[in-house]
Amino acid sequence: MSVVNDETANLSVSALGMVYEVPNGEPVEALNDVSFSLEQGRLLTLLGPSGCGKTTLLNILAGFLAPTSGTVTLGGSPITGPSQERGMVFQQGALFEWLRVSDNISFGPRMNGQRKRVSKPLVDQLLATVGLAGFDDKRVYELSGGMQQRVALARCLANDPKIILMDEPLGALDALTREKMQGLVLELWQNTGKTVVLVTHSVEEALYLGDQLFVMAPRPGRIERSYELPFAKIGLSTSPRELKASPEFIEKREEVLSLIWEMEEQIMGHEDGR
Amino acid sequence: MSTLRQRLFSRLSGSRFRTTSQGATQRKTVTFGDGSAVSSKVLISVASVLVLLVIWWAATHKWGLPDGFAEQAERADRTESPEGRFSETKLVRACKADPDCSYSQLFNHRTLPSPVNVLKAVNELSTDGWRQNTLQAHTWASLERVLIGLLLGVAVGVPIGLAMGLSSVLKSLFDPIVEGFRPIPPLAFVPLLIIWFGIGETSKVTLLFFAALWIMIIGARSGVLSVQLSKVHAAYSLGASRPQVLTRVILPNALPEILTAVRVSLGVCWGTLVAAEIVAATEGLGFMIWDAQKKLRMDVVVVGIIVIGVMGVLLDLVMRKLETLLIPWRGKG
Ligand SMILES: Nc1ncnc2c1ncn2[C@@H]1O[C@H](COP(=O)(O)OP(=O)(O)OP(=O)(O)O)[C@@H](O)[C@H]1O
Ligand SMILES: [Mg+2]
Repeated sequence: MSVVNDETANLSVSALGMVYEVPNGEPVEALNDVSFSLEQGRLLTLLGPSGCGKTTLLNILAGFLAPTSGTVTLGGSPITGPSQERGMVFQQGALFEWLRVSDNISFGPRMNGQRKRVSKPLVDQLLATVGLAGFDDKRVYELSGGMQQRVALARCLANDPKIILMDEPLGALDALTREKMQGLVLELWQNTGKTVVLVTHSVEEALYLGDQLFVMAPRPGRIERSYELPFAKIGLSTSPRELKASPEFIEKREEVLSLIWEMEEQIMGHEDGR
Repeated sequence: MSTLRQRLFSRLSGSRFRTTSQGATQRKTVTFGDGSAVSSKVLISVASVLVLLVIWWAATHKWGLPDGFAEQAERADRTESPEGRFSETKLVRACKADPDCSYSQLFNHRTLPSPVNVLKAVNELSTDGWRQNTLQAHTWASLERVLIGLLLGVAVGVPIGLAMGLSSVLKSLFDPIVEGFRPIPPLAFVPLLIIWFGIGETSKVTLLFFAALWIMIIGARSGVLSVQLSKVHAAYSLGASRPQVLTRVILPNALPEILTAVRVSLGVCWGTLVAAEIVAATEGLGFMIWDAQKKLRMDVVVVGIIVIGVMGVLLDLVMRKLETLLIPWRGKG
């Protein structure tokens, strides 16, 4: 893969390695020599078969895990733990069900000492942004899965993070809701100009949302191939269905799919061989 | 209020008029083995209670005629006494008035009092009382002990449980203590407690504290352990500090399990208390039934038993109500 060494790059990952020590078992090499830079304002999607270290990489970026080797810096300073400059959106179940929607969204500002009253305009604005205006008084569990993910996005944005990390944020949604939410993610990305790293299992989603795509391979987890993609930039000006049906999109999709199939077959062979 | 009445109505009228979700049960063809198709029919439950009361009444009722009545009546007949009819009535009346007169009844008042006697005892206990204290005073004395002991158990147990779920050092520190003391029935401590604190309030409250403590520790600890890691992670990346994560995420997340532990503790404390009061006390429901037994006042004993049961049910109901009020999000995370 090609490593872009850009001085203005915001996120910089170099020679990252992660080995999980398993009690009474062989250590698992979840990441091996992962290096890349990500300029501010880019949307990176991570794709790859199960167990190739996507979540591990994201958790290191978020600061939940310390890598066994290598360094990660954001804007030049090393990442040592979780921080509000790196927002996280989880697949599901990370909302605080004991709080109302508005209190979930204002959670970050309130942790920094802001009064509820003060954060109210921000909450209302964010709710409108994610298409949930008027839902501030609802309980989280009264919302559908798609609505809950909208709240999770709004909650993340409330802190105005430098970078947004998402681990399969749309993975638990049905196909239709998912497509709508993809549009929302694109919209937020373009309007806020935030750096985004998004993990997905869907090839289509990875191509549609990412302006850069890493296809990762397992055992040890590594970046197999990197793609620069044009679709995210035009995603909002074209209809998503039309874009996804365009020959260029289909061509890329088949290319990535066959790459992943190849890897899956290697994994299967590897497992049969044991 | 109207909702309560509606609910009451729909329950009393059985499943026939239930709304949608229960209505679906009506269309099920497989109900034997489908647990969700088993609903409660209030009328049947009321009937079962009534049957129980009738059996109780029948077992203690003075059926038939007093022993020796037949011979006496025969004698009266033979002498053709003009008072023959009258003496028959008199005989029955005299025997009924005398509690020791033998009747054909399963239980007499020395073994099991009749429902009527129990009602009379309730009346007597709530006005004259038992050993200087009315029934209400005895009940309150018991309740007060339970609440104080429980409160202490919660106040000490919850922080320890939370700490055990948050720190390896504290977990290792408390684990052997908790695991060692937990299996000991609290009543086993009674002899020690009486030596240390006498038979007063302190010994009983301490006993209840011990009964609640382990349950509360384990409840709070498992509450912490059940917190989804992603919620904790989310809180940290939203800028929460450790104390904030504890109070804003872990505590509300553990609240359902803590309240369940409180409910269990309350039940255990209530049971332990009665036993403790039987051992040593001068007031309280346990004392009352034990003392009444010594005086062969079975009616007072039965009143005490019923009040203990009813209070147990009421306390549990209050706790359930509290749970739905305090943690409407339970099980919806
Ligand atoms: N806590 C852990 N202890 C031991 N091994 C782990 C741990 N977490 C992950 N692994 C291993 O590390 C590898 C990468 O895991 P990771 O969760 O990052 O994969 P992933 O790409 O996110 O997979 P998926 O697509 O299924 O979510 C896997 O082989 C997994 O078994
Ligand atoms: Mg994963």
